[in-house]
Amino acid sequence: MTMRNMLDCDPQSIPLEHIDVSQAELYEHDRQDAFFTRLRAESPVHRCAESAFGPYWSITRFDDIVAVESDFETFSSEPNILIADQPDDFEVRSFITMDPPEHDSNRAAVQGAVAPQNLKQLEGVIRERVGQILDGLPVGETFDWVDRVSIELTTQMLATLFDFPFEERRRLTRWSDIAIATPELSGSALVTEEQRRAELGECLQTFLGLWQQRAARPEGFDLISMLARGEATRDLPSRPMDLLGTLMLLIVGGNDTTRNSISGGVVALNRNPEEYAKLRANPGLIPNMVSEIIRWQSPVLHMRRRATRDVELGGQTIREGDKVVMWYISGNRDGDAILDPFAFRIDRERARHHVAFGFGIHRCMGNRLGELQLRLTWEEVMKRFEFVELVGEPVRTRSNFIRGIAELPVRLHRRH
Amino acid sequence: MPSVTYITHDGVPYAVEAVSGTNCMQAAIDNGVPGIDADCGGQCSCATCHVIVDPAWSARVGPPGTAENGMLGLTPERTETSRLACQVTLDDGLDGLVLHLPEFQM
Repeated sequence: MTMRNMLDCDPQSIPLEHIDVSQAELYEHDRQDAFFTRLRAESPVHRCAESAFGPYWSITRFDDIVAVESDFETFSSEPNILIADQPDDFEVRSFITMDPPEHDSNRAAVQGAVAPQNLKQLEGVIRERVGQILDGLPVGETFDWVDRVSIELTTQMLATLFDFPFEERRRLTRWSDIAIATPELSGSALVTEEQRRAELGECLQTFLGLWQQRAARPEGFDLISMLARGEATRDLPSRPMDLLGTLMLLIVGGNDTTRNSISGGVVALNRNPEEYAKLRANPGLIPNMVSEIIRWQSPVLHMRRRATRDVELGGQTIREGDKVVMWYISGNRDGDAILDPFAFRIDRERARHHVAFGFGIHRCMGNRLGELQLRLTWEEVMKRFEFVELVGEPVRTRSNFIRGIAELPVRLHRRH
Repeated sequence: MPSVTYITHDGVPYAVEAVSGTNCMQAAIDNGVPGIDADCGGQCSCATCHVIVDPAWSARVGPPGTAENGMLGLTPERTETSRLACQVTLDDGLDGLVLHLPEFQM
């Protein structure tokens, strides 16, 4: 089987049936937009017969994505929400790969940790930490914003939510980075499958140790204590692959997404200086800008479903058992749902109307925490710096699942 | 023209005149009532137009449908009379309806 490399193809002239948007290199080089624009116009529900991940349908329009998300009976999240299948002998589970009713009780066990009521308590702590991180940055010299700010901030937050040993927090970053970073799972080449299993095994062992401590002092409000108390989750240690799946979900969900949106905002503002000027003139736009940054970055590229019956969508017949992939990066550029979708506008009307969090019962659980971290980051940045200047090209992640920024060289200019 | 009063979590009332056939989410958005995000745009696919129906009106408004019930499950502020405003269509029988807004939308 020979497959075309999309980077060598002209998105305007390639025959529709040859388009394969599962190739991670597209996202590494930020070349996906023209392919998705073509699909939305000419083949919005599109079947790719041959890919590294087998045949799959692409759902590319905003409204179709919402329709698929809303119908969990027809479009199941089992057995996996990545376009890739998991290896048979290393299959993790968590509520993101469950349908109701199992999904509901498992999600309910941890949802409270990131509910807005709890976040209100956390706001002061997060703001203080953002301030400390920003005050420790060098001014006037080039450094990597991803490592010093985006990763540091989100990893500190994650360590707090798990009540994980603070000085060991970068282990969480590493587990987040490697969770699905193999060629087979996401087109990445960060680790081999063997290496991934070994490191995730360490992750599981570490958390089993924490679990034992927490189960003995059941009053904690960290995620592990909540899982240890939850009726549907308290037996997770006896189901290690379910425990590992839940940990991976919480670690990736609470880390990669916000991290890449913090980085993506710097890129977007540098590419759109008139928007940066609006922000300097009116920092009150920050809450609205946060939604626009999340839409612009679309840190989760896709979610996958499996058809449980034959179903018509967009004039196509999807067959029972087919993979159905919702491309959030495409829904968030759909001109039928979003006015002038390729423009980054921090004062956009109805900026919250984006698909980056997903919709339906699997809608992002930590959406308000992500928004809070982004808002506080930009509020504190604007107090200190006139300009976070991008001084080189961002290095993007090779993955068809996470739209990531791995390195971002910047230079800070202090406020006058 | 049924009228609806939205009462914010801080207790501020917003009285709105709406056209019959409009849903309570749209009526709030069209009239600038704060506290309703309406992220999905009225397709019962998020829970960001959560409202708590005043007990005096809950029988007339009725219970949530199945899909709506699933989405309401995502919000910790859910009560006995919670609904998604996008799923409550106004008619003259609901003239005078009172809806309370939660502190947060999920």
